[in-house]
Amino acid sequence: MRLERRAHRPLLLVLLAPIIAIVTALVIAGVLIAIAGAPVLEAYRLILTGAFGTRLGFTETLTRATPLMLTGLAAAVAFRARVWNIGAEGQFYLSAIAVAAVAATVFSGWPPYLLIPAALMVGAIAGMIMLLVPLGLRLRFGVDEVVTSLLLNFVVVLFVSMMIEGPLKDPLAFGWPQSIPVGPDAMLPKLIDRTRLHIGLVIAMVIAVLVYFLQSRTVFGMQSRAAGLSPTAAVFSGVPLAKTLIKVACLSGGLAGLAGAIEVMGVKGYVTTDLSPGYGYSGIIVAMLANLHPIGVIAAALFTATMFVGADSMGRALGIPSYIADVTVSLSLLTMLVSIFFTQYRIRR
Amino acid sequence: MTTHPVLRLTGITKRFGTTLANDAISIDLAPGEVLALLGENGAGKTTLMSILFGHYTPDAGTVEVAGVQLPPGKPRAAIRAGVGMVHQHFSLAANLTVLDNVMTGTESLWRLKSSTGTARLKLLSIAERFGLKVNPDARVGDLSVGEQQRVEILKALYNDAKILILDEPTAVLTNLEAETLFATLRVMAQSGLSLIFISHKLNEVMAAADRVVVLRGGKVVAERLAAETSKAELAELMVGRRVARPVREAAVPGDVLFQAINLDVGHRLSGINFTVRSGETLGIIGVSGNGQTDLGHLVSGLAQHTGGELRLFDQPVTQSSVRGMIEAGVGRVPEDRNSEGAIGEMAIWENAVLERIWEFSRNGLVDRRAARQFANEIIGGFDVRGGTPDSRTRLLSGGNMQKLILGRNLQKRPRILIAAQPTRGLDEGAIAAVHTRILDARRAGTGVLLISEDLDEVISLADRIQAIVKGRLSPPIPAEQADARMLGLMMAGDWPQDGKLAHAS
Repeated sequence: MRLERRAHRPLLLVLLAPIIAIVTALVIAGVLIAIAGAPVLEAYRLILTGAFGTRLGFTETLTRATPLMLTGLAAAVAFRARVWNIGAEGQFYLSAIAVAAVAATVFSGWPPYLLIPAALMVGAIAGMIMLLVPLGLRLRFGVDEVVTSLLLNFVVVLFVSMMIEGPLKDPLAFGWPQSIPVGPDAMLPKLIDRTRLHIGLVIAMVIAVLVYFLQSRTVFGMQSRAAGLSPTAAVFSGVPLAKTLIKVACLSGGLAGLAGAIEVMGVKGYVTTDLSPGYGYSGIIVAMLANLHPIGVIAAALFTATMFVGADSMGRALGIPSYIADVTVSLSLLTMLVSIFFTQYRIRR
Repeated sequence: MTTHPVLRLTGITKRFGTTLANDAISIDLAPGEVLALLGENGAGKTTLMSILFGHYTPDAGTVEVAGVQLPPGKPRAAIRAGVGMVHQHFSLAANLTVLDNVMTGTESLWRLKSSTGTARLKLLSIAERFGLKVNPDARVGDLSVGEQQRVEILKALYNDAKILILDEPTAVLTNLEAETLFATLRVMAQSGLSLIFISHKLNEVMAAADRVVVLRGGKVVAERLAAETSKAELAELMVGRRVARPVREAAVPGDVLFQAINLDVGHRLSGINFTVRSGETLGIIGVSGNGQTDLGHLVSGLAQHTGGELRLFDQPVTQSSVRGMIEAGVGRVPEDRNSEGAIGEMAIWENAVLERIWEFSRNGLVDRRAARQFANEIIGGFDVRGGTPDSRTRLLSGGNMQKLILGRNLQKRPRILIAAQPTRGLDEGAIAAVHTRILDARRAGTGVLLISEDLDEVISLADRIQAIVKGRLSPPIPAEQADARMLGLMMAGDWPQDGKLAHAS
């Protein structure tokens, strides 16, 4: 038996790959659920009804999918250009704390239609800066950005907890470590009343379409893909390599930053150190499940959010740990990598 | 030689999907014989050798070594039977020593003591016997490509190979290294080893082989004794039709288009002078690694000169850039088409327009219709086979990829064409096509700067020839005065320092 590279990647296979990957991940996770002593089919039924069966569950799933779409896009655009941004979590948090720092202070008194865009912009810029540091180190000194962007996540999270225990601590929070609130004027409008679902979902989906357009139709999209696929050929063709990668980093970091800003301004209104249950890292999985396709990111983010929300309610009903959601999502990354591989190769005897 | 064959392949057939890679191939190999397996890319040579070595299992047919049939698909059995293979891409560990590399895989995992001492003696005695000089303690990563190949051969011999298979052994070697290799192969054959080497180069087949088996489309189409055939006959057998490389007519040189005066690029190129006129070809010949890459990058707009003067159309170039060169009308064919010329995972149309994207975009948006149209013009005009504008470039064969690269430059009628190693690794048919295009461009008034390691290519295309040695350029000589011996001397750096090698400037 040996592996052989396919001459063509059949479109059907490319579309089926994520579905096969997810089904496989669910089957493997099913074994774990069975070991935990719960009925497998019942568990999956509960996950589905938990995520979609009620108004609350449904809107909660969409609310959770919102930041995942943005961090997923952040990873997708970076990975396409072979910029290995593993730092979306840090970009998310720096953006969140930056928004909390300015929204009710510097921008205080601004009307919402100015305040909200300005605050989102601040968040995006914070995210950009967080990725430009590792990229700068790579371009200048050849330092691998996988390591630097990953490690900076911990730096940022510690910085955030320092801020919310210190200068940005909310004096009215009864000693809880949380930041000053962004204020009601900075809160994103709700999509559906009396739920947590906010306009951020629409923003994320529109951005996904814009990113798709950017990648498939513009010179920047073509050049960033060339830079990722073959830096030497890109340079020979006159693609400004460093400039292109910097633009990619601004886009990717900006998207992850936007995720943080939208999460603060859409859901909680203030920053805590558990604002993100790993949205930055899950974004990587979302991007891989989507095969780095911006529109696919929307679907992959929905799947991931479904698992998280559904597993919470399933776990409560059946008394098994809701960590099964993390396990399933992580498994789906592995199965997706295998699936992608088999869209490119086939087995021969 | 009427002794039994040491190796007998009978009726080997192998199918990949719908293509028949090997079709009932039968070959015998006598002891002490050098057999060349000649064929174009895709003729099935490498598949056949992979079957012999046990990498592939044949659909039908048998492999016998000294009368004993080998089990199919078992490389270890092949090694034990005395078959050694030197791959085109070496399988050496760069950070281990020569001795470590040679010993790899020969010792049991469970032996506590490694018998390095014995191994060293055995390696040295083999090296002595075949004249393969190498330092057993050198790190393989520090060796030149030619030396690394020697290590590969030693590794096979260390495993007591009696039959040695070399896959395109000269693809990575300089002319001089290739000659040394063939001398070594002779010594090995005289001492009783049998050799098969795979090649698509007629010169080396004629020079080194006793017998030639020609493969085409997976079949043996002919078998000839080297002494009883000619290059022309082999070329025709290999391609299946008569191919002749185009012949250069006299040049009509016009204005000076491109000129280097005492030019430096760091310490890599120093004090070089050259002049390219319209309607003529300047050939730069040299052994690989003497600064060709730097020269190619400089004239392609990828590097800046640090001293002297570079003049393009009688204007000094101060800050050169890729876009500046292309806009001025310089066509560029890079020396490595896979790493610089094209991006395999991108569509053909994308590769066609990437280097002149500003002509195919408005306000940052790519004009895909115009780009596809341009790609179609190239595909039609330059006979690029095997893809549509939307298929991925990786699917093209080397020759067709090179036609695409040449086409995207020549379609725009450049005033200067820079062609670095334009036919490296191509088969006979594609070489003829590329040469024809270059000569056509020259006839239309383009000034051509040809940088090549292939002596025949330079002699047949260039009007004037300069040699590049250690970052310096010799004075030019007219092609009419050049012969292989003289060029050999020039490539060795042997030219009068007063620059009066010839009358032409």
